[in-house]
Amino acid sequence: MKKLNKNSLNWFINYGIVIAAFAVLQLLLGRKLLSNSLQSLLVPACCYIVMAVSLNLTVGILGELSLGHAGFMSLGAFSGIVASILLQDLIPMAPLRLAVSMAVGAAFGALGGVVVGVPVLRLQGDYLAIVTLAFGQIIKNIIMVLYVGADDKGLHIAASSDRFLLGEGGIAIIKGPMGAVGVQKLASFTAGFVLILITLLVVQNLVSSRSGRAVMALRDNRIAAESVGIPVTRYKLMAFVTSAALAGAAGALFGLNYSSTVASKFDFNTSILVLVFVVLGGLGSIRGSIIAAALLYVLPELLRSFNIAEYRMLIYAIVLILVMLATNNPVLQSFFARIFHRDEEKGVAQ
Amino acid sequence: MSFLNNVITGISLGSIYAIIALGYTMVYGIAKMLNFAHGDVIMVGGYVCFLAMGSAGLPPAAGVLLAVAVCTVLGIVIERLAYKPLRAAPSLAVLITAIGVSYFLQNSAQILWGADTKIFTPIVGTAGDSSLELIPGQLSISYVAILSVVCCVAVMVALTLFTSQTKLGKAMRACSEDKGAAQLMGIDVNATISMTFAIGSALAAIAGVLMCSAYPILSPTTGSLPGIRAFTAAVFGGIGSVPGALLGGILLGVIETFAKAYISTDLSDAVVFAVLIVVLLVRPAGLLGKYVPEKV
Repeated sequence: MKKLNKNSLNWFINYGIVIAAFAVLQLLLGRKLLSNSLQSLLVPACCYIVMAVSLNLTVGILGELSLGHAGFMSLGAFSGIVASILLQDLIPMAPLRLAVSMAVGAAFGALGGVVVGVPVLRLQGDYLAIVTLAFGQIIKNIIMVLYVGADDKGLHIAASSDRFLLGEGGIAIIKGPMGAVGVQKLASFTAGFVLILITLLVVQNLVSSRSGRAVMALRDNRIAAESVGIPVTRYKLMAFVTSAALAGAAGALFGLNYSSTVASKFDFNTSILVLVFVVLGGLGSIRGSIIAAALLYVLPELLRSFNIAEYRMLIYAIVLILVMLATNNPVLQSFFARIFHRDEEKGVAQ
Repeated sequence: MSFLNNVITGISLGSIYAIIALGYTMVYGIAKMLNFAHGDVIMVGGYVCFLAMGSAGLPPAAGVLLAVAVCTVLGIVIERLAYKPLRAAPSLAVLITAIGVSYFLQNSAQILWGADTKIFTPIVGTAGDSSLELIPGQLSISYVAILSVVCCVAVMVALTLFTSQTKLGKAMRACSEDKGAAQLMGIDVNATISMTFAIGSALAAIAGVLMCSAYPILSPTTGSLPGIRAFTAAVFGGIGSVPGALLGGILLGVIETFAKAYISTDLSDAVVFAVLIVVLLVRPAGLLGKYVPEKV
């Protein structure tokens, strides 16, 4: 009972942090205290926070390494963009259209998650990692040659530019290697904030539910979990698809934040970037993912304004290596464990 | 004839992938880690050879030797500084560190040598005489392709002899089987792992020079995509297996070339990775990998 209370308290602190951060940023925005470059970072930062929390569901809670999370983001981004343009006349209200586009993005992300997950989740360990990497590359590659457009006859999809013929007054939405162009920027910081709250709601409730405990049991010992009757594939797939759907929604928001988007934006490096957020924030720690994603996304951009712009990625790399070395150093670990332990003893005494 | 030409291009490209894949597979076999920085060691090898031949005016052979020497030292230093302290850490921590090293190498190269692409002069052949004409005007093999295949075969033979005949090679195999038992037999596990990194990096340097000769463009990110493809090749053939790396590399090179020629240049990556997925679904440990069932 005590454990459960501690858990729900933790969840509420997470909501609190996000709401407080949103309130402070809105206040700063209202007083025009944020520079233009910082303002432009707000929506992508929200997207990356959602990406990190959703990847944490796969890597930290399900315990399977995924190197293709950006692929789901890509699916969400392009399907969201197509949806937003198709629905332009049907739903004139921008926030509603954004919400519907994000739902479409999430649906396509989930679909991708099922397609990838059914074959892939049979594999284990590093093989699973390489196949998710491969799927990420395939998705990127296919979108790079995809042409999508709409005219009065409906939606046109083609795999090459010469077969891509639109009728009178048609609009090209995705133009192969040039990506999606002429996108109306629907995304707003408030939408990002709401998406983060929804993500937290979904992930935290999943984790503290019966299904979430089954997923974590699979992570801790698959064979033991299987032997007590937990269906492996169903729960693995459930966590994986949820994670992919959230990434799809984040992708839709990301895509609708820019007037044009190319598929190469969501490549292997983006997947790795999100994985770094998750690992540095702490595997399985949702709060860690939020904080790490927000800080690490904004930090390199802040370094840009100093004289060390040339060295910023080098510094990033060195910091990354040093943090990994420090957090896995046995001496430091036992030091922190001792401090932590002392706290617990005090707690008991009180 | 274009079919034969494609086969030749595929095999020579595959030989380069195989040499890179050997580095991945050996390191994975012994340290059980995915060394994502391997692709960037290739790039460093390419730059060292480029600078040695261009700025210092050394002959190609000396350039290659220098590249091998620099990369070997680089491999040992990376292992000592970044990976050795993490021997007991979870594999994800090591993976992230390897990614950090990869970023570090790419950005150091960008600061040291600039972000612009350099045009690499092939180490064999000249602009006028770059290939061997088998059937004039129809079938030809470039000297670089011949050199790649020869290098690949030589490396394979040398490695097979090394791992089966020499004491150090046997120590390497023992470590990849069971580190604890190897240590009890008096094998210096740390030194063996360092040596594996040294060999892998030396191979990466050779592959870097060959790759830059075949596709003469050099930039700080040159190594990352071939690195991922070669890693795929290693998994394809069965990661941890030396003959598997050769088979996986050659197959991948041929599939990629054929996909480019007959399906679509833009979709070649998708085809390669789709084949990988199908292979892994049928044989979860790769073509020549050993499937070890889990004991309960």
